[in-house]
Amino acid sequence: MEMTSLILIAAISGGTSLLFAVLGGILNEKAGVINLGTEGIMLIGAVMSAIVFLQTQNLLITFLVMLGATGILGFLHAFLCITLRANQIVSGLAVTLFGSGLSAYIGKSVAGAPIPVSIPKIKLTFLDSIPLLSVFANLDIFIWSSMIVSIVLYLYMYKTSWGLHLKAVGDNPSTSDAMGISVIAFRYFHVVIGSMFMGCAGFYLIMAYSPNWIEGMTSGRGWIAIALIIFARWNPIYALFGAYFFGGLDSLGFRMQIYDLNIPSYFLKMIPYIATIIVLMFIGWKNRSKPSIKPKSLGNPYFREQRY
Amino acid sequence: MKKLLFVAMFMIIILTLGACSQASEDEGTKEEDTVETSAPTETTEETDTEEEKVPRVAFVYIGVPADGGWTKTHDEGRELVDETFGITSTTVENVPEGPDAERVIEELAQNHDIVFTTSYGYMDPTNNVAKKYPDVVFMHATGYKTAENVGTYQTKGFEPGYLSGLAAGSLTENGKIGYVGAFPTPEVIYTINAFTLAAQTIKPETEVNVVWSNTWFDPTVERQAAVSLLDQGVDVLANYQDSPAGIQAAAERGVWGMGNDADMSEYAPDTYVTNPTINWGDYYVEMVQNWIDGKWESHSYLGGFKEGMANIAPFGKNVPQEVQDLVNEKKEEFFNGTFDVFTGPIYDNKGELRVAEGETMSIEDILTMNWLVKGVNGTIPE
Repeated sequence: MEMTSLILIAAISGGTSLLFAVLGGILNEKAGVINLGTEGIMLIGAVMSAIVFLQTQNLLITFLVMLGATGILGFLHAFLCITLRANQIVSGLAVTLFGSGLSAYIGKSVAGAPIPVSIPKIKLTFLDSIPLLSVFANLDIFIWSSMIVSIVLYLYMYKTSWGLHLKAVGDNPSTSDAMGISVIAFRYFHVVIGSMFMGCAGFYLIMAYSPNWIEGMTSGRGWIAIALIIFARWNPIYALFGAYFFGGLDSLGFRMQIYDLNIPSYFLKMIPYIATIIVLMFIGWKNRSKPSIKPKSLGNPYFREQRY
Repeated sequence: MKKLLFVAMFMIIILTLGACSQASEDEGTKEEDTVETSAPTETTEETDTEEEKVPRVAFVYIGVPADGGWTKTHDEGRELVDETFGITSTTVENVPEGPDAERVIEELAQNHDIVFTTSYGYMDPTNNVAKKYPDVVFMHATGYKTAENVGTYQTKGFEPGYLSGLAAGSLTENGKIGYVGAFPTPEVIYTINAFTLAAQTIKPETEVNVVWSNTWFDPTVERQAAVSLLDQGVDVLANYQDSPAGIQAAAERGVWGMGNDADMSEYAPDTYVTNPTINWGDYYVEMVQNWIDGKWESHSYLGGFKEGMANIAPFGKNVPQEVQDLVNEKKEEFFNGTFDVFTGPIYDNKGELRVAEGETMSIEDILTMNWLVKGVNGTIPE
């Protein structure tokens, strides 16, 4: 296979866990709730997957338990932010700190143990000979499902009435309430589901990418995912490309080292972050006269009796 | 509303503390005295200076013993100390290099006799604290600053690195080997150089392609670095990293994999070769014994095969017998001290002659090495 395809494959497999985390973050924020707990939830998702899979050797059970555990963590965040109307930033940080501590504690027994898992791959041999499309010839099912989920979420958010309700809840909860949409239920639902997506990010990381639990194995990817939400402008399709872009930048850095382009490796390591700044500047400049696309009540708890 | 938030936060803290106290009970049964970084004041109960001087020993770790690499090797040494002297050493895990380290080391110094600080970045904190506690013995791993009561110790990573290279050179078919290095520090550089020199004794044209991950520990990045080398078509992949992610990536493609510090065969049973390992235990026991006998002196120690500090992991099950024999034969020469890795002529990868024919490098030169030998494709950032 030619070099471009190899880089694309590395980008896609490196970006998939980011993609899940970004999609989860988008669901949260579209409903008007900032979730900075991504890192902690990813870690809990990863450690639960490790523990359950080593016990049961069953991918489906592992997946379901992981969804349950991260859903509970999401519910905790939702309860704090929606029912108790706590500060969403503080609650999210608490979830991250709690998640990383708890995952380290409950993961002690499985730390370092290799996870004997083989993720089924979908082989599309007829694509092998076509340039560029050969990238898709041998991807695992989670990568495919992450792509499908991005598209489904896009359709959900922009083409269904539920999705429009979601936008209303995130933009103007009191109007949505007057329309008869249950703001509280909508927010709870999307925070919990979004957190499950973040759990999937951890699940993918440990099942397909680096199959053994090590304390703090996400090493900051949750935070990159939070930046990517803005990068993707709350759009699942942009998120797909944003995640692959970031996944690819890391591996591009290594390839530039191999080709001996004489660029210091410290600089290569900065590329993703420099790229973020440049892209944000570009997007900001391009849309400077347009109204912000950010959900307008993002970060504000909804209180029916309160006027905004 | 704010009150409710505080109540909720308080609950979380209580829950976390509950989990932690359970954790330390759990540890206690394993005869470990793991202490929170914020309160490393619990000391060993066995201290009884009346009858015989039993040392109070403490270890400061950069990671956790379950990291499968660096900290694991130190913790195995700690276990040997505990068994030998029937004591329970204090360990503090996950201590970041910097001001926190100094605080932790100082608290340990107040009620311990020997403190082992096991990461390069603890060098200045250790020496600062040592000035304030002249009666306490400090042992700092991998550093170069010693004092009246501070000693340093390090392994000759280039000796097992050479043997790994010998195995890699024998196994490679296309003469392209990949090496994921963490940081371009002398420790990593001399290991890669020794590795390359050894591989070239088997096949003179062997190339070692190096990428720097700029992290000791980040499985995702390590894997990407590994994949970028695998895409180049390397058929042996070595990793100077703390996690086995690179070995796992190599195994998925059926490529030979090598790691660092500890036996990593379980992560890639079919494609694992071997890699350098470290045994600190005997040295730790000797240091504690010296302290008991009252003859501990500051020193700077470098241990290789001969001293029993460096070794290589057992071979993976698919490594051919003749390769194993070849490596074991060379290993004997290290044990006998009849072989020097860095014997001239050695050229660097820019073509400059670094070690003239018939000369050998001094230990000082090896420990400050900042160039790569001929045949290494890679650059050291300025």
